[in-house]
Amino acid sequence: MGLDVRVPIGLLFSFLGLVLTIFGLFSDPEIYRVSLGINVNLAWGVVLLGFGVVMLFFGWKRRAS
Amino acid sequence: MNLTLIDGVIIVAYLFFTVSVGAVLKRYTKTSKDFFQAGRALPAWVCGLAFISANLGAQEVVGMAASGAKYGIATSHFYWIGAVPAMVFVGLFMMPFYYGSRARSVPEYLRLRFDEKTRALNAISFAIMTVFSSGISMYAMARLLQSLHVLDFALDRFHLPAARVFDLSVIASALIVLAYVLLGGLISAIYNEVLQFFLIVAGFMPLVFLGLKNVGGWQGVVERLPRGYTHAWQGLGHPPTNPLGIEWFGLVMGLGFVLSFGYWCTDFLVVQRAMAADSMESARRTPLIASIPKMFFPFLVILPGLIAIALPNQPVRPALHSGGQTAMAISSPLGQGIIPAKIDEKTGRAELDADGRPVLDYDLAVPNMLLHYFPAGLLGLGLVALLASFMSGMAGNVTAFNTVWTYDIYQSYIRANASDAHYLWMGRMATVFGVALSVITAYFAVRFNNIMDVLQLVFAFVNAPLFATFLLGMFWKRATGDGAFFGLLLGTSAAALHQGLTLPGGAEVGLKGGWLGAVVHQYPSQMAQNFWTAIFAWTVCFLGTIGVSLVTRPREEKELVGLVYSLTERISEKHLVWYKRPVTLGISVLLVAAVLNWVFW
Repeated sequence: MGLDVRVPIGLLFSFLGLVLTIFGLFSDPEIYRVSLGINVNLAWGVVLLGFGVVMLFFGWKRRAS
Repeated sequence: MNLTLIDGVIIVAYLFFTVSVGAVLKRYTKTSKDFFQAGRALPAWVCGLAFISANLGAQEVVGMAASGAKYGIATSHFYWIGAVPAMVFVGLFMMPFYYGSRARSVPEYLRLRFDEKTRALNAISFAIMTVFSSGISMYAMARLLQSLHVLDFALDRFHLPAARVFDLSVIASALIVLAYVLLGGLISAIYNEVLQFFLIVAGFMPLVFLGLKNVGGWQGVVERLPRGYTHAWQGLGHPPTNPLGIEWFGLVMGLGFVLSFGYWCTDFLVVQRAMAADSMESARRTPLIASIPKMFFPFLVILPGLIAIALPNQPVRPALHSGGQTAMAISSPLGQGIIPAKIDEKTGRAELDADGRPVLDYDLAVPNMLLHYFPAGLLGLGLVALLASFMSGMAGNVTAFNTVWTYDIYQSYIRANASDAHYLWMGRMATVFGVALSVITAYFAVRFNNIMDVLQLVFAFVNAPLFATFLLGMFWKRATGDGAFFGLLLGTSAAALHQGLTLPGGAEVGLKGGWLGAVVHQYPSQMAQNFWTAIFAWTVCFLGTIGVSLVTRPREEKELVGLVYSLTERISEKHLVWYKRPVTLGISVLLVAAVLNWVFW
């Protein structure tokens, strides 16, 4: 198969992670009252970004080899 | 409630990606083998995640949380008893025949093993069922978006009434699924299913985390709920002492054996994913790999339901139609936790059951949890997780439909010796009319709710005996085509007869049973009745197939090589290190499932 499935997954998750992280950094803390005061956008955004980058790394590594 | 720009960006990014994956994969889809079988070139883990994702239809994410809120952790029987053992069985024992024979689909296996009429019966009923299920998925998603009022503002901008949300949702989901299946066929559907699997996990993990943190962990859930809610097996000795209203034997045989093996081992929707694997080893590992996340899914999909019912009752807030700034959960008087009571649309008052207690709208457990805990941003991701679960279920049905239609109906009975390009074209056409029929089904469901219930019942009758046929086909070389065909008909009739002569307690004579004019037996719950209907159907099909086979002429043994266990060479796994063998994986999965049952006993 020419396209490794990890590439689109990596791209989408990196994008979503980045969007959530940036939004988390600049959003009004007031909106986190619903999430028990935790800035979940920032925290989960970083996790998703990390997952996306790992997926991209493995997806591209396979293509290179 | 209203969505903010950030939620919109996340949803649009998801939709854009699903279609792009199809567009990129289009250039790898050149032959009918690429389109219907993903070229048989995918690694086991990809097929495994698609295997579980294709099953994550509407009924899974929304329905299992609803069931968790209604019955408690006992819902996990649908996973630990009702899925994992069957998934291990299909991987270890049945995949060698599906993957190893020349069959390209499950009905085609029946053609090779039995005869043309058994294949026709299975192919036609399966094709109708897939279109129907995909339509139901579409309908459920549209109803959900409508009741959440999440898209009202978008329609408002174009000066359209909010009631159009249903149309928008049905048409948009149909077009998106159509686009990516049409472009890349099964590969595209599988890639999207893997993507959707990760999105569902990403959307629900923070929900479970926040919910548990809020109620004080699992201990908090245990303290807030009645004992039966947090123990899966206690009280299963007798129907009245457990929330499911069934005894352990009916549960283990009906759900754990007949229904579960009937679905996971014979339904082409899931088996197709394993048949797309790149080797026999991968094909056998596919359901085993799928069973690992499946085992832990209760924590992701059932737990939110338990938390929703364990939370303190919510104050009633006026319903927002437009103009509200923040998202909020739907609430109504007489709800429990954050689950509102069902409101009768005509009277505007809460619906009451026979005992005068309000009927809760359990299907709102998950959407309300999302609205309750997620701020703008994460809310978009949560909605994407919901959309992903609906879409993967829909696409799974569509790809199974186009394959069965093209190979088992069109190529067999309409046009046999056409070129490969012609069948590829037919597959794409089948995708278009499959989706079109699903749209019609979705609208039909709005108008004729009763007919849909009847159809669902008929499908249950058709499905119940299936596993007996496959079991005898694969493990008893004496079973004949006539035996299989008449066994299936007898099994389906037995299911109808049993359901028509029994009634769950408290129900009125009608669709729920007793429609044959007499009620021979009362079951304590509808679930008990369903499981026993399945047990009857299976047993009658099993005995009927044996009986008819014994009086009909068996096939030559040399024709059955590769199709029946005793006439097929065992697969050697000697070249694999012991811990890489499918058997090792299968046994480990069963052990972990046993431990989970013990922990939540």
